[in-house]
Amino acid sequence: MNTRKVFARIYIWIVLVVLYAPILFIAVFSFTEAKSLGNWTGFSMNLYKNLFTGSMQNSSGLISAVENTLVIALIASVIATLLGTVAAIGIFNLKGRKKNVMNFLNNIPMINPDIITGVSLFLLFVFLHISQGYTTVVLAHITFCTPYVVLNVMPKLSQLNPNIYEAALDLGATPMQALRKVLVPALRPGMISGFILSFTMSLDDFAVTFFTRGTIGLDTLSTYIYADARKGGLTPELKPLMTILFLLILVVLLIINIRQSKNSNKK
Amino acid sequence: MNKRSNWALPYFIFLVLFVVVPLLLILVYALQDASGHFTLANIGKFFSDGDSLSTFALSIEVAIENTILCILIGYPAAWILANKEYNKGAVTVVLFILPMWINALMRTLATAELFTMAGIQLGKGTLLFGMCYDYLPFMIYPIYNVLNKMDKSYAEAAQDLGATPGEVFRKVTLPLSMPGVLSGVMMVFMPTVSTFAISEFLTNNKIKLFGTIIQENINNSMWNYGAALSLIMLVIIGITTFLQGNESEENSVGGII
Repeated sequence: MNTRKVFARIYIWIVLVVLYAPILFIAVFSFTEAKSLGNWTGFSMNLYKNLFTGSMQNSSGLISAVENTLVIALIASVIATLLGTVAAIGIFNLKGRKKNVMNFLNNIPMINPDIITGVSLFLLFVFLHISQGYTTVVLAHITFCTPYVVLNVMPKLSQLNPNIYEAALDLGATPMQALRKVLVPALRPGMISGFILSFTMSLDDFAVTFFTRGTIGLDTLSTYIYADARKGGLTPELKPLMTILFLLILVVLLIINIRQSKNSNKK
Repeated sequence: MNKRSNWALPYFIFLVLFVVVPLLLILVYALQDASGHFTLANIGKFFSDGDSLSTFALSIEVAIENTILCILIGYPAAWILANKEYNKGAVTVVLFILPMWINALMRTLATAELFTMAGIQLGKGTLLFGMCYDYLPFMIYPIYNVLNKMDKSYAEAAQDLGATPGEVFRKVTLPLSMPGVLSGVMMVFMPTVSTFAISEFLTNNKIKLFGTIIQENINNSMWNYGAALSLIMLVIIGITTFLQGNESEENSVGGII
C-alpha cells in the first residue's frame, strides 16, 4: 500500500460521496414527515405508509405519473429494440454510400440535445395536425431510443460468422428457423443491453416528453416533478418513492455486474 | 444476402419521418412569420435582442466552464478507475454510473436544497457545481472506456525507452485517450447549453440559459421565434460535430451497462 494508492482511493471516494450526497439526502429525509426537503421533524415511516396506501394529497396524480412513466418506457423500448435490431441487420448488409447515409442518420438523434429533439417533433406534430398525447410521447421516445439499440446490436453482427446462418439453411432450416435459432441467439446480448439502455433513457427523459405530451394533462414522473417544483411544494411522498427506486436499481445493477464478472471469469 | 439489406428500409422511412423532416421543419418555421410568409425577421430578432444574446453568451460560457470542470474532475477519476493497480472490481465503475438512473430533476432539486441548507446562495456558482454534478458521469464513462481498452504495452514501451511517468502520461496516455475526452465533451457541452429545468432549479429562476428561452417561446406559442432559436443551436451542434470529425465515432456511448 503506497501513498499514491491511498491518494487514488481517497480521490475516488470523495467524488463518490459528492455524487451521492443529494441521493442520500433524499433518502434520509424520506424518514420524516416534513413537507419540504431538509426539514427534520423526527423519525417517521408515514410517507412510506402514505405511498403504499395511496392516502396523500393528489395521490392519483403521482400514481398515474409513475404508471405512465413505466408503460411508456416499456412500449417504447420494446418497439425500439425490434425496430433497431431489424435495422442493424439491414444496415450491416448495406454497402458503400447507402451504409454511410444510414449511419449518419442514425447518429443524428444521439447528437441532438433533448430540447432539439423535443422541439422538432413538436413542430412535426403541429404541422401534421396530430393531437399530442400518449401516442406522440411513445413515438418520440422510440425516436431517441432506437439509435442506441442499433449501436448495441451492430458489434454482435460483426462478431457473427455469416457461414453459420448459411449452414443452417443448407442443413434444411427454413429462413425463419435459421433466424430464430441462429441469428437471434447471437444478437441477444446486444438486444438486451439496447433494451435496458432504451428503458432507462425513456424513464429519465424530461425535455422530449415535455414538448410532445400536448395539453391533455399527461404526466410522467419527470413532468410531474417539474410541475410540482414550479408550484413550490414538492409532494413529500416523492422522497420515499425515489429512495425505493434507487435501491431497486442498485440491486439490479449489482446483480447484473456480479453475474457478468463471474461469467467473464469462467471464460 | 442481398435481400437482407432491405431490412434497413423501415428504419430509413422512420428516420426520415421522425428525424429529417422535423429538423427541416425547424428551418421552415424559423424562416416564416406567424402567417406563413417567408421572413428573416426571426433570425434578425435574435441578433438584435440584447436579452437573447446575453443569455446565449452566458449559456456558452457556463457550458465551457462546466465542460472544463468535468474534465478536470472526471479525467483523474476515469484514469484511476481504468488503472488495474488502483481499482480491481468493476463494481466501483457501476457506482459512478448509477446516479444517472435516478431522475435528474429530483437529484437536481435535492442538490439545490442541499445548497440552501448549507447557507450557500443560489446563483452562478451553484449552477456550475450542480451542472458538473449532473454531467460528470457522462464525462467519466467515455474516458474510462478508452483508457480501459488502451493497449498498455505503449506506455510500457515508453517507460522502457526511458520516459519518466510524467512524460509517459503526457506523450502516450493523454493523446491516446483524446477520443474519449472528445466524446465526453460532446455529451457534456451541448446538453449544458440546452438544459432548461436544471438551470431553473439550481438558480431559483435567477439565471436563464438558452434552453429556457427556447422553451418559453415554444410554450407561449411563439413557435417561429422558438424555431429560430433552435436553428441557431442546430448550427452550433453542426459546427462542433464537424470540428470533432469522425475520430471518436467508435467510442460513442455504446453499452453503458
